[in-house]
Amino acid sequence: MIQVHYFAHLREVSGLEVENLEAAGKTIAELKEMLSKKYHLAGFDTVMTAVNEEFADEETVLQEGDHVAFIPPVSGG
Amino acid sequence: MNFQITKDPIDMNEMMDKVTSRNAGAVTLFVGTVRELTKNKKTLYLIYEAYEAMAVKKLAQIGDEIQLKWPETKVAITHRVGKLEITDVAVVIAVSTPHRNDAYEANRYAIERIKEIVPIWKKEHWEDGQEWVGNQLETVAYPSGKPEESDL
Repeated sequence: MIQVHYFAHLREVSGLEVENLEAAGKTIAELKEMLSKKYHLAGFDTVMTAVNEEFADEETVLQEGDHVAFIPPVSGG
Repeated sequence: MNFQITKDPIDMNEMMDKVTSRNAGAVTLFVGTVRELTKNKKTLYLIYEAYEAMAVKKLAQIGDEIQLKWPETKVAITHRVGKLEITDVAVVIAVSTPHRNDAYEANRYAIERIKEIVPIWKKEHWEDGQEWVGNQLETVAYPSGKPEESDL
């Protein structure tokens, strides 16, 4: 299992803060495609991804127990 | 704890104390506050949300970057989350350095980096609607799925 964290508009659209998924072995790109279909998420291409609290690229392969977070363009400050 | 996310009001004196040093000749405090008008739109209040575990790491990374660029610097950053009213303080950046020019420059660097790499989002609530704000100018896209090397 991997744990997926949602924030900002992604949290509102999916209706979830966190969910556990069977996605070990998939790449970030594959996971994004799967979830964008599942939740009808628009604009997923400008969303960054973090794996275990560090930015990761689309080719990163997910491992069992990973924490994945989708990071929409940030607006702190 | 020089890098924090908090739900509570930020204590300026505490921020100042965190960077106080006998080697410092200057301290700059940047205080980011909630503005009422943006492009003639009236904000009622904001909600800030953070991925706290990662945000704290990224704030600490900014501190490390500043150490490399401006040696002998002390940095403390606290960002508030939750519901903030107009004039409330959202973020405080404290920087102390031996000489004043570095204190200004390093502090400016910190706020610009926060807007690039720290997972914090704000939701604007106006009289006639609400919206999560992305990159304010819509100038940054991440086609590869993460910031480019130069952004990190």
